[in-house]
Amino acid sequence: MKKNITSRFAQALALGGAVVALAGCTVRFANPDDPLESYNRAMFTFNEKVDEVAIQPVAKAYDKVTPLPVRTGVGNFFGNVGDVWIGGNNLLQGKFTDGLSDLLRFALNSTVGILGLFDVASELNLSKHDEDFGQTLGWWGVGEGAYFVVPFFGPRTIRDAVVLPIDLYGDNVWGIDDIATRNSLTALRLVHVRANLLGIDKTLEEGTLDKYSYARDFYLQQRRYRVFDGNPPLDELDFNGAGQHDDDAGRLVKAGRQ
Amino acid sequence: MKKFLLSLCLMFSVLPALAAETAKAPDALVREVSDDVLAIVRQDKAIQSGDTRRVITLVEEKVLPHFNFRRMTMLAVGKDWRQASPEQQGKLVDAFRTLLVRTYSNALTQYRDQSIGYKPAKFGDADASVRVQTEVRQAGAQPINIDYALEKTTDGWKVYDVVVAGVSLVTNYRGTFAQEIRTGGVDGLIKSLEQKNRDLAAPAHS
Repeated sequence: MKKNITSRFAQALALGGAVVALAGCTVRFANPDDPLESYNRAMFTFNEKVDEVAIQPVAKAYDKVTPLPVRTGVGNFFGNVGDVWIGGNNLLQGKFTDGLSDLLRFALNSTVGILGLFDVASELNLSKHDEDFGQTLGWWGVGEGAYFVVPFFGPRTIRDAVVLPIDLYGDNVWGIDDIATRNSLTALRLVHVRANLLGIDKTLEEGTLDKYSYARDFYLQQRRYRVFDGNPPLDELDFNGAGQHDDDAGRLVKAGRQ
Repeated sequence: MKKFLLSLCLMFSVLPALAAETAKAPDALVREVSDDVLAIVRQDKAIQSGDTRRVITLVEEKVLPHFNFRRMTMLAVGKDWRQASPEQQGKLVDAFRTLLVRTYSNALTQYRDQSIGYKPAKFGDADASVRVQTEVRQAGAQPINIDYALEKTTDGWKVYDVVVAGVSLVTNYRGTFAQEIRTGGVDGLIKSLEQKNRDLAAPAHS
């Protein structure tokens, strides 16, 4: 009887080992960018739950009650606050024209645009840029590392997750001393950003077979696109080998990517 | 002679109209279709409040004739496409088309106050495949780039890829599709797509 139990235990162990090994294989095979897939999937689910219970309902209410001009004003206000940090990162990347243009935007919108509620700078063709410290590091050649889902904040890469506190500090309304005001502004910003994503949400839910991996692939591609300001090196794009064959699909991939 | 002249006149008056109809430049095509659709969405309260069936009808009528779904499916499936039989290929195209149409039609119901800017197109007369670049402008945020890849066919220019902020909405499916094919073969992928479509169709008024 005892022997029976031991052998069963051994069998179970062997089976478990095989399953783990197999799972390990699939993960690595599935996406080389995502060695932490099992952790990431769990955290993705956790974040979704948090969102569903706490953030999304508020964002939906905000979406419903806020008239368009107010919403535009809110977007402009936070956009203006962010321009200083964006400008700083452009300067750190040696893009002086862009950096100075961002600072000029801030100066104009904070004054003529009444505390940033109106985006007069864009009307004057000083267009808004998109930079953060993670992108600055990427620009200087720091590798992105593995895909990493940060608790509460969602998809990042290791590089961007590490500097997330710096980005949060730089790109925010922390300069305001009054803690109550600062916290309400931070909350408003979170809700505003989330409300803007309500549409994408539904698309992701309905349009994909595996939400997690579609979101991951989308995040990684668009992140690279942003780091390289719209011109990512072509070899970074993974076409699963289709580009290597001279069939129709391959030809079109090349043509489309020009 | 008179007859000849008359027919010549007729030909010249009809020809430009015909040419404009069959070989509309790709950038003009994208612009016309986008403006057309948005003008309708802006006025249609039912679409704005999320009437799925209505928006799908609009998309099927105005947008779909300008898309090449076979090409899109090919791109999304990648190198596994060639291992699929013609019958499987047909099923893949149908299922993927249904999925894309429903999903992105629904996205139209989220349209609010964004405006579209068209960047100057650069392509030669001989190009068989071009990219039309647009940007969607939104207050308080950097514009989102949306590019359309079109190819020349005997039936006019057809869109075969849409690239949002540097991400191809078509090839972004490749990872998931390859995964499905690896575990269940081409039939497995067809089954998953058809199942997804059935799930979505069930609550018809969501």
